[in-house]
Amino acid sequence: MEAMAPGVIRLREHTLELIDAGRGRPMVFLHGGDGIDPRWPVLQHLASLGRLIAPSHPGFGHSALPAHFRSVDDLAYAYLDLFEQMNLEDVVLIGTSLGGWIAAEIAVRSTARIGHLVLADAVGIRCATDETVADIADVFSLSPADIEARAYADPARWRRSYDDCSDDELLVMARNREALSLYGWSPYLHNPILRHWLHRIDRPTLVLWGAADRITTPDYGRAWVEGIAGAQFTLIDNAAHHPHVEQADRFVREIAGFAGLADNRTA
Amino acid sequence: MKIWQFTEQAYFPAWDPAHESLRNSLPNKFLDPQVAASLYSRYTDEWQLCDELGINIMVNEHHQTATCMTASAHVPLAILSRITKKARLLSLGHQIGNRLDPVRVAEEIAMIDCYSQGRYEMGFVRGGPFEIWPSNAQPVGQTRRFGEAYRLIMKALTTHDGPFNWEGEFFHYRMVNIWPRPLQQPHPPAWFVSIGPGPGAWIAEQRGKLGTFLTGRDSKILFDVYRKRWREMGWGQAPADQLGYLAIVAVADQEEEAKRRAHQIAGYIRTGAQLSMHFFSPPGYVPAQANAQAMRMSTRKDYVPAYATVVMSDGSRVHQGRATIDQLIDAHVAFVGTPDQVYEQIKAYNEYVGGCGNLLIMAQGGDLNHADTVDSLTLFSREVMPRLQALPLDTMAAAA
Repeated sequence: MEAMAPGVIRLREHTLELIDAGRGRPMVFLHGGDGIDPRWPVLQHLASLGRLIAPSHPGFGHSALPAHFRSVDDLAYAYLDLFEQMNLEDVVLIGTSLGGWIAAEIAVRSTARIGHLVLADAVGIRCATDETVADIADVFSLSPADIEARAYADPARWRRSYDDCSDDELLVMARNREALSLYGWSPYLHNPILRHWLHRIDRPTLVLWGAADRITTPDYGRAWVEGIAGAQFTLIDNAAHHPHVEQADRFVREIAGFAGLADNRTA
Repeated sequence: MKIWQFTEQAYFPAWDPAHESLRNSLPNKFLDPQVAASLYSRYTDEWQLCDELGINIMVNEHHQTATCMTASAHVPLAILSRITKKARLLSLGHQIGNRLDPVRVAEEIAMIDCYSQGRYEMGFVRGGPFEIWPSNAQPVGQTRRFGEAYRLIMKALTTHDGPFNWEGEFFHYRMVNIWPRPLQQPHPPAWFVSIGPGPGAWIAEQRGKLGTFLTGRDSKILFDVYRKRWREMGWGQAPADQLGYLAIVAVADQEEEAKRRAHQIAGYIRTGAQLSMHFFSPPGYVPAQANAQAMRMSTRKDYVPAYATVVMSDGSRVHQGRATIDQLIDAHVAFVGTPDQVYEQIKAYNEYVGGCGNLLIMAQGGDLNHADTVDSLTLFSREVMPRLQALPLDTMAAAA
């Protein structure tokens, strides 16, 4: 499958790298801490269901990092600006991992332009009451092999050597890791009070979870469902923290069914 | 040339090669507090001896590590401020980019300067990349946080008609007004550490002292950057007293015995990198371009980053952790041998770098025992130090 070609959009005082493909109902896909790979089949699949808008968050990919950005709050407001600037209505807002956290922070602020919300293996909330328990495996302290084993149901299939990456890809990986730290170093990948505001999410919400996820376990996923009225929970087998990568067809099918999206190609 | 003795107060009994990491993640069940108490006592005795021998004292700090039990530089300096008489007491230094409360650092500086009757010297360091984890400091923007903490500490030390307000990017205080204030005016001498040429110009602009550790011939590059900026500031020739170099030092009556001692001290170098790889590269600690380059090189089996190497007299580079004592001597990273040999080695280093006014000696390190440490320090002070006082310092750079 061919890679999608990202463009660049100007958002107030900074630029954002962004895939804008397909036509129809807007779907905004917010990526996780590893950034977005334009070759992911999930992107082509989503673009066949409607208009896919998939930005690299400020600081990630080739998106600029404005000097004053330092928290997920900034990302949420930047995307609310983007929705207004692009005049998006009835958005299917999809966030995976870090992107799920951003999506939830957007939705507790305003659901005015959101039709459906999809959170996949989302970080962002605190569940455990014991201070010594980490809800989210610490990707800054674990070895790369350990992270890989927790993040993929089939790690060997998705492993990529640095030798197979271009200089630009390595630079993007380094930028992604730096940006993830900026937004999520401490408190680690969560907003301690976000759970108390989830009641503000008044749109149909689907929580998708990789059954084998050991970065954020399915139990953590169920805590999202408890906080959002009427939210549905669906486990995806043979996937861990990246179901959009490991089970792209199933991932898209679940979203299409949930949001009532028909495939443009067969229409 | 001023001499300063340095030890990391290692907990060497836990130096087991089987541990993946000696830093950050090694559980402290591997430390016997009774043994730690004895070691602290012994290391403190050695510093006290330095005071009697006319050697100044430098301490640093590291956290959550078997390589260094000095978790706070100010704790031993507070003790030493009362049990020593003449030695200058240098903290090199505080990881102010990682500390949550710079004003507390300023308060402690002022206290120890008073306790020691003005013998205190303060040092500010970024800290190694692995120090990010024990401090939990956000690695992204750490350099900016270091700069703001430094400005705040200096203002706290030098403001006497406070309180003043501070609303910065990282630190927020409604009332800064430290009691006591430092005895030395306007403030104790300030040191910084640099192991690459990057920070040298900035350190010169602050009129700070530049210390560099185990950099051998590369320290000349750092000193040149510093001296150039000092001249550009219109201050003439930078005094050699503004520059310091830390090396391993082992002296004995017999060369072979000195080399044996040096090998034990160099356990410091060999264990320094006994650490899980990912603790070396916190995100944002260096620019993304540098981390990307490190990823590229990490798959090359024989690759050793330049900062982990030393330059030999023939220009080749040798991995510091795998170098023999003879190689470390050749590289000016260790001054080792009989008093005559050690004097000649230091003299050659001083000439090579164009004059260095402070020699920070690591005469204790690793599992070097008390008797050997005392013998080495005593020989150094009696046989080597008097000759070092005659070395040309400020005339060197001008001639270079």
